Amino acid sequence: MFEITAHVRKKQRVEQGVKFLFLGMTLLMILPLLLIVGHLVYKAWPVLSMDFLLTNPIRGMRAGGIWAPLLGTLYLVIISLAVSAPVGVMAAIYLNEYAQDNGFTRVVNLAVVNLAGVPSIVHALFGLGAFVLFAGMGRSILAAALTLAVMTLPVIIASTKEALSAVPRSFREACWNVGASRWQTIRHIVLPNSISGILTGVILQVSRAAGETAPVMFTGAVFYKAIKEGDLFAYGLMDQCMALSMHLFTIATQVPGVPESLPYATAVVLLGVVLTVNATAIGLRVWLRSRKKW
Amino acid sequence: MTESSEYCIETLDLNLWYGSFQALKHINARIRRGRITSLIGPSGCGKTTLLRCFNRVNERYGNVRTTGDVRVLGQNLYDPQVSLVELRKAVGLVFQRPNPLPISIYENVVFGLRIHRDRSELKRARLDQAVEEALRSVDLWDSLKDRLRDRATGLQLEQQQKLCIARLLPLKPEVILMDEPCSALDTDATRGVEELMVSLAGRYALVVVTHNMAQARRVSDECIFMLMGELVEHSRTEDLFVNPKDPRTAEYIEGRYG
Ligand SMILES: Nc1ncnc2c1ncn2[C@@H]1O[C@H](COP(=O)(O)OP(=O)(O)OP(=O)(O)O)[C@@H](O)[C@H]1O
Ligand SMILES: [Mg+2]
Repeated sequence: MFEITAHVRKKQRVEQGVKFLFLGMTLLMILPLLLIVGHLVYKAWPVLSMDFLLTNPIRGMRAGGIWAPLLGTLYLVIISLAVSAPVGVMAAIYLNEYAQDNGFTRVVNLAVVNLAGVPSIVHALFGLGAFVLFAGMGRSILAAALTLAVMTLPVIIASTKEALSAVPRSFREACWNVGASRWQTIRHIVLPNSISGILTGVILQVSRAAGETAPVMFTGAVFYKAIKEGDLFAYGLMDQCMALSMHLFTIATQVPGVPESLPYATAVVLLGVVLTVNATAIGLRVWLRSRKKW
Repeated sequence: MTESSEYCIETLDLNLWYGSFQALKHINARIRRGRITSLIGPSGCGKTTLLRCFNRVNERYGNVRTTGDVRVLGQNLYDPQVSLVELRKAVGLVFQRPNPLPISIYENVVFGLRIHRDRSELKRARLDQAVEEALRSVDLWDSLKDRLRDRATGLQLEQQQKLCIARLLPLKPEVILMDEPCSALDTDATRGVEELMVSLAGRYALVVVTHNMAQARRVSDECIFMLMGELVEHSRTEDLFVNPKDPRTAEYIEGRYG
């Protein structure tokens, strides 16, 4: 009874094999990531410093720092998110918690899914047409940030809806049956229990907004612009700006004679911006969780 | 109907459709104040649906259409001036699976108050008192009084279910509806909850859906037997089990279907 037969042994071997295969794939995925980051930092090391962050590029972008593009990217990301996060989250709440299942809702949902898959270059053209030309904003930080907002909005809606629908129905039922309105249900129970998912979705869009080149290139980013160093308010809303993604593209491919370490350092900073925002959001998440009510 | 009537819920020729499927057919039922009425019948006969009509929560579950009247304390629930919020204060519902909210025990109990009262009315002392009263009523005070700040989802199932009942009490309900409140519980826990039901009767009317004949016999004063969306028989529990008037009731309690 129950002894290990050849057949069983074979099954065990397959079991082991499959497990290691999957583990292998996981390592295979992490390894390039570590290599890339390691390589970047290694190459960038000679120029990385506080000064690099806080000074403008000089000598035709062959030397100096990245203050202007860094600040530009921060402006673009923060403004675009200030628009797309609240709008997206509220739209998702409406779609998930209030909307009846009718033709209109289905069309909107379909539109959201499809818009989320539209390539960024198309958003770039849309932003150029809608904000720069039609709305008369010209090429400006505002136009570029709004373009990025339009690009990230559908994805934020989709991920927020996902997070909301993961809240068990029984929580909602409990609320309805003590007479809570929909809004009370959302505010007291649904949001506190989905906030981490919602934030995660929003965070992922930060890296997208920071990394995309095309949408900002068409709508407000310029190759070169010097701004007052160390002044956080050096850009105005209607100014054009430099952006890290585009700056990286420029010095890596368009300008001859740039020292190798500069593009690498720019990439490291871009990565740093994204990681910083992510870390902030994670911190916010932990803080929200630690408070029972909010 | 006046408020002082001996019935707290009455339905008049109530019909209900989910889409094109008719789940309730010509239901005329009267639920007595302060008594325990159990709703029995085979799976899918419409017990849950009828229960949810009593606080109009059915409407949150998709495409539902009703005709006929449901009167609670003499008030027709389909009158346009009826506030569902006020209604659900008066008629609370307890679910099959205990569903405490993922907040502290204390906050679960005062959740209803927080929903219904202005912040300014919610003095700390008053909340504390409401919690103690509610938890004493469900016999949880002694075991939980030192851990009111713990998360309610960590309690044992029996305690969770009692807490779900306690959650309704600060709102001073007239009727407590229970949808198979013990079917997720083991025997001891079931006994605990049954005892609780009996102790709550009198102050509140209880309507209890159950699949468990023995439970219906043990706890209820009156019994309603339903079959395929119809109300077949409604009588005192002893009568229904000892002398069923309708042959279908007799078949059911003898265990022929269900
Ligand atoms: N939201 C809904 N949409 C469509 N049909 C439904 C819905 N809810 C219930 N029904 C149908 O209505 C009928 C009655 O359902 P109900 O849940 O009231 O039965 P029940 O007596 O409570 O059954 P059970 O003992 O299994 O809980 C069933 O045939 C069910 O399939
Ligand atoms: Mg049911």
